[in-house]
Amino acid sequence: MANQAAIELKNITKTFGSVVANKNVNLRANRGEILSILGENGSGKTTLMNMISGIYFPDEGEIFIDGEPAVIASPKDAFDYKIGMIHQHFKLVDVFSAAENIILGLEEQGRYNLKAAEERISAICDQYGFELDPKKKIYTMAVSEKQTVEIIKVLYRGADILILDEPTAVLTPQETQKLFAVLRRMREDGKCIIIITHKLHEVLSLSDKVAVLRKGEYVGTVETAKTSEAELTEMMVGKKISLNIERSEPKDAQVRLEVHHVDCSNREGTLVLDDVSFHVNAGEILGIAGIAGSGQRELLEVIAGLQKSDSGAVLYHNPKTGNVDNLQNKTPLQIRELGVRLSFVPEDRLGMGLVGNMDITDNMMLRSYRRGKSAFLERKGPKDLAEKIIEDLEVVTPGATTPVRRLSGGNVQKVLVGREIAASPTVLMAAYPVRGLDINSSYTIYNLLNQQKEKGVAVIFVGEDLDVLLELCDRILVIGSGKVTGILDGRTATKEQVGLLMTKTEGGEQK
Amino acid sequence: MSQKSKKHHEPFIHIVKRDELAPAKAWGIRIGAIVLGVLLIGLISSILTGEGFFEVYEIMFRGVFGRLFEGKTNMLWKFLQDTAILLCLGLAVAPAFKMKFWNCGAEGQALIGGLAGMFCMIQFGGKLPEFFLVPLVIAVSIIAGAIWGVIPAIFKAKWNTNETLFTLMMNYMATQLIAYYVYIVGGGSNVINPVSTGALPVIGNLQYLTNILIVALLTVAVYVYLKYSKQGYEIAVVGESQNTARYIGINVKKVVLRTMMLSGAICGVAGMLLVAGTDHSINTNTVGGQGFTAIMVAWLGKFNPAIMTLMAGLIIFLRTGAAKVADLNFLNSSFADISVGVVILLLVGCEFFIQYSVRLRHGKKGV
Repeated sequence: MANQAAIELKNITKTFGSVVANKNVNLRANRGEILSILGENGSGKTTLMNMISGIYFPDEGEIFIDGEPAVIASPKDAFDYKIGMIHQHFKLVDVFSAAENIILGLEEQGRYNLKAAEERISAICDQYGFELDPKKKIYTMAVSEKQTVEIIKVLYRGADILILDEPTAVLTPQETQKLFAVLRRMREDGKCIIIITHKLHEVLSLSDKVAVLRKGEYVGTVETAKTSEAELTEMMVGKKISLNIERSEPKDAQVRLEVHHVDCSNREGTLVLDDVSFHVNAGEILGIAGIAGSGQRELLEVIAGLQKSDSGAVLYHNPKTGNVDNLQNKTPLQIRELGVRLSFVPEDRLGMGLVGNMDITDNMMLRSYRRGKSAFLERKGPKDLAEKIIEDLEVVTPGATTPVRRLSGGNVQKVLVGREIAASPTVLMAAYPVRGLDINSSYTIYNLLNQQKEKGVAVIFVGEDLDVLLELCDRILVIGSGKVTGILDGRTATKEQVGLLMTKTEGGEQK
Repeated sequence: MSQKSKKHHEPFIHIVKRDELAPAKAWGIRIGAIVLGVLLIGLISSILTGEGFFEVYEIMFRGVFGRLFEGKTNMLWKFLQDTAILLCLGLAVAPAFKMKFWNCGAEGQALIGGLAGMFCMIQFGGKLPEFFLVPLVIAVSIIAGAIWGVIPAIFKAKWNTNETLFTLMMNYMATQLIAYYVYIVGGGSNVINPVSTGALPVIGNLQYLTNILIVALLTVAVYVYLKYSKQGYEIAVVGESQNTARYIGINVKKVVLRTMMLSGAICGVAGMLLVAGTDHSINTNTVGGQGFTAIMVAWLGKFNPAIMTLMAGLIIFLRTGAAKVADLNFLNSSFADISVGVVILLLVGCEFFIQYSVRLRHGKKGV
């Protein structure tokens, strides 16, 4: 048993329709070892771990536990193999206590004995150095405590292979240190720990080995002691690929939108935007790069008036009147009444930008239905617009009366972007506009954004593919954990520079 | 470590999500379900009563329409009146349900509307001229229903209370208020004697025609409102996705309050029709649970007033007809509800076959 891997994956492949989430991934993790899985957003880390924990079943390849081939078809099977996964989004019952949540769903022999369970939980806490009151109700807990409950839940079930999906994303630096101390103690106890992360400094300070994934493919595993930040970044982002997206020089650079020292906190009270300041010029594309969940969504929603910010200002320079208006904490309707022509292509296309069950015409109407004093709808204009967009952007659809949810991803996006551009905006924000789109549709979108830029629109483009950001954008703002970590010139910046800024967080600077 | 080599068998039947059925095919399945349900009722009735299979339908038809073919239309009018009242309540809940606001309080909203109308009829009867009193009764009923409807919406908007529980509880409050009012006015007898002052005018000598015409107008109005008005469009957007609504700048709370006020107001109309139109009196059973049946009407009709009209007619036909069958054969009066239940169950159940298709196991596949 000495040299045997606790868990080993061989040639694992998983596809969702035409999307390849994992391709020929090989991985080994031993007992008494912490393995980090590093990769950009969408590189297939979570899919891979979901296969180990029985949520997905691999299409190809084999999983070995302690050298034996294993079939993990359900989370229950995973438990039988003593694999425990701590998800990014907690799965706890709010009105139950910690102990009740931990024993929930366990089919133990004998009577339901909460007291005995609480004692066992306390024993686990003492063993590894957790701080937790088993009687405390979940809804009164801070995020870090909820995470502790999740970890103890899998330990209580006897897990000795633990998988943590971005455990530090929700923690403060102090809490992260505490978590790491606990994880190190578990390592000494002979447990095998796999941690998914994209924060380089955490990888370097915590793990023994690092496995890197890029776009679903396995790049390699290196020993932490023998690697450097630069090497890992390169493994993670890869070499630069040329995409040949045309980029014109911005012509008449006047400031259109300014964001001044904006702070924004989420419902849990943690800062998701921390003193964010930047400006966007008319006639340029400002790219926003960052690991998913670093505050991009909140930033756009603050500008669009969908989310309240704690402090700061969002100043709009109106090209018609020359006025400077503060949009901070105004509703979308108030913003429009100020004469601000702000278009927004949100990340959640069918959940926010469009109504899936309505047809293309009715979706066009979302922006324009208020026009006119009549109490009744005017469908002629939206219908013409729908037909124009179908023709101009080559939307594949049986007709303007087809519900948009029945269109493919690329066509849905064309409908949405087409509508937002039809409003002839002065500021256009697009969040991940090419996510899930095929090459041709992606280029359609890039061209549309470029056309808008040439028309003098200030374009904000939130993207995840660094190659695209580097070729499309005039300037690139990098955001990390809600802070602006740098603003680079899109023409001179390198992929490594952006990659390093993306993973730079407070804790990282000391290293 | 435990050795596991579980063998996974392919299950005998597969349930596969359908691609999307053409609307005509979907309605074909639904009509099939109704036909099946009606046949089933005939079968059950004929087994229970010993009547012949076809005789059951004859009894049902006679129970609903009476001697229609011999030129006697009084039963037909009663049928239309019952359909109109059920449809009116359905029209009331449809906008709320389309907005995904689960208004289970149509019963109470209609009762309160009726109570307010009754109050005016008794208090001002003889004191105000009829041409003034009748509009007053109508207006007060509508306003009372609207207020009863908007209260749960206010609580929902302010404190995010659960509207289903809230509207249900308000039904009990309405019932108790009426019991109290009847006790006060009727004294020991617990009955309010019919009051004719402030009642809706009767057209010709057709007792129910006024009610039927009002509901017919209302049906067209609700259809146009939901389909062609800006407010109707906002209801649809809020119902489909509150995120989208916020994104395009719809004030979701305002739409919820406005729509519930409308929903309550139409319930108020229904209450008014029952009190000022037909009964001229009120008791706790005036609406008779139709506020709940109306929810079925709205759902089965997919919030489309035209289809809802057919559904309301179907439910009334089955209920009245089955009651007649039960009556003639000394069956329990619940037989009518059971019959309606059978058809509704099949109608709701068939939605499964519209969403999914069932395939038998075919050959073995790997894994």
